[in-house]
Amino acid sequence: MKSFTRRLAPAAAGAMALGLALTGCSGSSGNANQTTITWLVDNGESTVSAAEQIVEDFQAANPGIKVDLETRPQGGDGDNLIKTRLSTGDMADVFSYNTGSLFQQISPQQNLTPITNEPYIAKVSETFKPTVTAGSDIYGVPVGTGFAGAVLYNKKVYEKLGLSVPKTWDQFMENSRKIKDSGVAPILQSYQATWSSQLFVLGDFANVAKASPNFAADYTANKTKYSTDPAAFKGFQHQEEAAKAGLFNEDFASTTYEEALQKLVDGEGAQYPILSSSLTAIQLTFPEKINDIGLFPLPGDDASKNALTVWLPGGAYTPKTSKHPEEAKKLLAFIASKAGCDAVTKAVGVSGPYLVDDCELPAEVPAAVKDMLPYFEDPAKNSPALEFLSPVKGPSLEQITVEVGSGIRSAKDGAALYDEDVTKQAKQLNLPGWN
Amino acid sequence: MTTHTTMTTPSVRPRQITDAPRRRRGRSAYPYWFYLPAAVIYTVLFLVPTVASFFFSFTRWSLFDFTFIGLDNFVQFFKEPALIKGLVNTFIYGVVTSGLKVVLGMLLGVLLTSQIIARGFLRSVLFFPVLLSSIGVGMVFTVLMDPNNGLINDALALFGIDGPKWLTDPAWALMSVALVDVWKGVGLATVIYIAGIVSIPAEYFEAAKVDGASSFKSFWNITLPLARPATATVIILSLIGGLRSFDLIWAMTKGGPGFTSDVIASVIYKQYQAGFYGLSTAGNVVLFLIVTAIVVPLSMFLNRKEVEQ
Repeated sequence: MKSFTRRLAPAAAGAMALGLALTGCSGSSGNANQTTITWLVDNGESTVSAAEQIVEDFQAANPGIKVDLETRPQGGDGDNLIKTRLSTGDMADVFSYNTGSLFQQISPQQNLTPITNEPYIAKVSETFKPTVTAGSDIYGVPVGTGFAGAVLYNKKVYEKLGLSVPKTWDQFMENSRKIKDSGVAPILQSYQATWSSQLFVLGDFANVAKASPNFAADYTANKTKYSTDPAAFKGFQHQEEAAKAGLFNEDFASTTYEEALQKLVDGEGAQYPILSSSLTAIQLTFPEKINDIGLFPLPGDDASKNALTVWLPGGAYTPKTSKHPEEAKKLLAFIASKAGCDAVTKAVGVSGPYLVDDCELPAEVPAAVKDMLPYFEDPAKNSPALEFLSPVKGPSLEQITVEVGSGIRSAKDGAALYDEDVTKQAKQLNLPGWN
Repeated sequence: MTTHTTMTTPSVRPRQITDAPRRRRGRSAYPYWFYLPAAVIYTVLFLVPTVASFFFSFTRWSLFDFTFIGLDNFVQFFKEPALIKGLVNTFIYGVVTSGLKVVLGMLLGVLLTSQIIARGFLRSVLFFPVLLSSIGVGMVFTVLMDPNNGLINDALALFGIDGPKWLTDPAWALMSVALVDVWKGVGLATVIYIAGIVSIPAEYFEAAKVDGASSFKSFWNITLPLARPATATVIILSLIGGLRSFDLIWAMTKGGPGFTSDVIASVIYKQYQAGFYGLSTAGNVVLFLIVTAIVVPLSMFLNRKEVEQ
């Protein structure tokens, strides 16, 4: 049956290539010895800035190679574009894409060039490798820094009210009530950017992992669920509790991600559960206020087990169809080197630690990154997010958490609905134990 | 599209249609090879994808390979939690938009065929939104309908009205999008009505006037029944449009907040985004069957009534 799709593919590729021929084949300029390769990245502002800097430094170090950057949409549309270009044999020589759960969905063994034995892989952190491994081979290198799903808070608001960083959920709620009494929105939510509503659940995962260490494995094997595991259910419950207590900014339903960041920086809102990669955005837009922002992990029940949920950076891969595999590998090697990390630091600053051994953080890092580092350094105090430990991840979580946070659906219903969503995904992916 | 043309041609003189088949009967004026280019395009761009989509709806398909799983996708699709909500919303959306387009289109059609000043200008203004891109309209109205600093609620506040949270209140979201859809589409309905009303012979109105009929009576007894073909066209077109509506909803709410303004098409699109290609193809087959099941009988009903007159 596979051969059938294989035979169909060239026809579809032809149609695609027609459109791309106009843009793709413009590499004839420059001197004759120069090879042009392409690199596909997502169109996020900071992704593009970082990639442009990497390309500039890479070309300076490798005069024979020219790199053309291509961009793609983010989110689900981007996923489909990646899959379409891979299945039609039309992928760029190098492309950046998620690690973990989404990486497993692009059939790495069928589509990507393994780089397990390349010398530069030795320097890549052991934490990162499993997220780009399929079967026994490694396929990608980390681009940029790791980050965290945590609460960013405005230190000035905290100072003014004499609050201290909460270690448990109860302390967090108590702080929030005091902030509310002072007239500042205690917890920022931005449901126009639906993805940002998931942090109560996804960012709580380190606490889940510390409370029930086997959760990820059991979850993958269809042995436990969000609605039945009391520790995992906490995320939904906390979101519902905070919503019912009226602790969100009043316009949470119409607030965008950018607006929420602005409110946080201006002190109109005190705490924002979000990915720490937003620090790059803050640094670009409000560089003078970056050190007013601090960070703490989403608090759980047990102060002694409070841990930080860590997101690993996206990867860069090269497809089997690349016509310039050697040049593509050189670019991968550069990305996974100190020079590659320095290029990222120079372009967008850091929002967490690097996952390449000899990369160093600059002497001056934002206050929130400083808050994060102790958790990163101690494995007992962090856990990768669930999507890096399990391929199982439902696509509708963001709609469900919007409903829970808006009071449209109860936490209990939300968790049960997410379990159904996950079952659907696992069945579609043919995961063992689900069909 | 074929239903469309057969519906618009029979205006007020049904006798013309009965002539048509006689002319078409007998040998075609063209040799068969003449049809070949059109046939190739039709086969490659329409027949093959249609057959392929029926096939892939029975598979679990990752774009890289597929496994045949029989009816599982359809079972899964009907178990989809958002599906019932999506179906109900689709019907509400289809009925509300086509109903409003019929009523408003008819009234505006009457207004714009009467002797008012700047008639041509008003007709153009009314038709203008039809020419805009849905995505653009959606983005503009998302800004206008912002609950806190949107122009619409600011304007309502001047009159002391506390406007609803148009797109973020679950009770309002779908209706808000439907209203924008009507704003955007009513121009087309009006143009169809104008054509229908203009083709009503003036003698009827003159005779009615002589008999002393009020203008309301001549609207009720002449314009309304004789504009029936236009009504049928508007209902069918806007109902089909409403049932498969997607672009405006996606641009304005993405089916949100949560799942509250999801329609079948947005449910299917989200499945496609998630990479469930077989499942979303099955959804499209279901949508195709639903639209056909509603529109074909409705179109037959409306057209039959027309001939009987």
